[in-house]
Amino acid sequence: MIFVYSFIFCGTICLLGQIILDNTNLTPGHVTTMFVIFGGLLNAFDLYDKFIKWFGAGTLVPITSFGHSLTHAVMSAIDKDGILGLFTGMFNLTTAGIVAAMVFGFITSMIFKARD
Amino acid sequence: MVINLNKDNYKKIVSKITPKENKVKNALISFFIGGLIGMLGQIIVTILENNYSINHNDATTIMIIILIFISCFLTGLGFFDNFVSKAKAGLIIPITGFAHAMASAMLEYKNEGLVTGIGMNAFKLAGSVILYGTISAYFFGVIKYFVFGG
Repeated sequence: MIFVYSFIFCGTICLLGQIILDNTNLTPGHVTTMFVIFGGLLNAFDLYDKFIKWFGAGTLVPITSFGHSLTHAVMSAIDKDGILGLFTGMFNLTTAGIVAAMVFGFITSMIFKARD
Repeated sequence: MVINLNKDNYKKIVSKITPKENKVKNALISFFIGGLIGMLGQIIVTILENNYSINHNDATTIMIIILIFISCFLTGLGFFDNFVSKAKAGLIIPITGFAHAMASAMLEYKNEGLVTGIGMNAFKLAGSVILYGTISAYFFGVIKYFVFGG
């Protein structure tokens, strides 16, 4: 059943993105940026952690979870280190994603040729 | 009169059917594709947890890395742009879109050299996600610290 919940959550986020793309002049860059901030906002109200419990790993796939992870990391770093946590804890949870994108992207650009 | 009526009818038909159908179709496709990717994420996590007895946090991290690897690889092969033009937001909104943005930027500017091409353009598309994600997270952290007292 958790598979269906993941399907519905991730699908709904993508559906919202597509509706925004189709009905406004915003580019995909605008929409992904909005969704990252939106994910952070949901986490600031402790909602995103509940979504993860309810809907499973499908909540970690959309870009909203990137904002959630950033905000979540900062919040727990503040609990731990006080105000310095604002600077030290930002990427604690998102390192894997950023590093993977950089490394695999670089390897990809080394191996393959650009196609137009 | 006849021409006007025809024009009106034509306009009505065009505005009623063409854009609406496309929008509904786009929305359904992105719901379906996005949902499939979310479900794929859950399937990978479940397999890692059950068959390789990896704990939940590590399993989700590995799942994200696998999805990023797949989308970088498909970007390199040139499939991903075709998929995006068909699946639209279904592939842009998940983490696959982030990986695709970085890989395709690096690939596109490859010819301009390692530093001026790949190095300076790697974050051209994905940079705004990281920047504004960080700024908003910082802002929420400041509010938490100063308003709610840490």
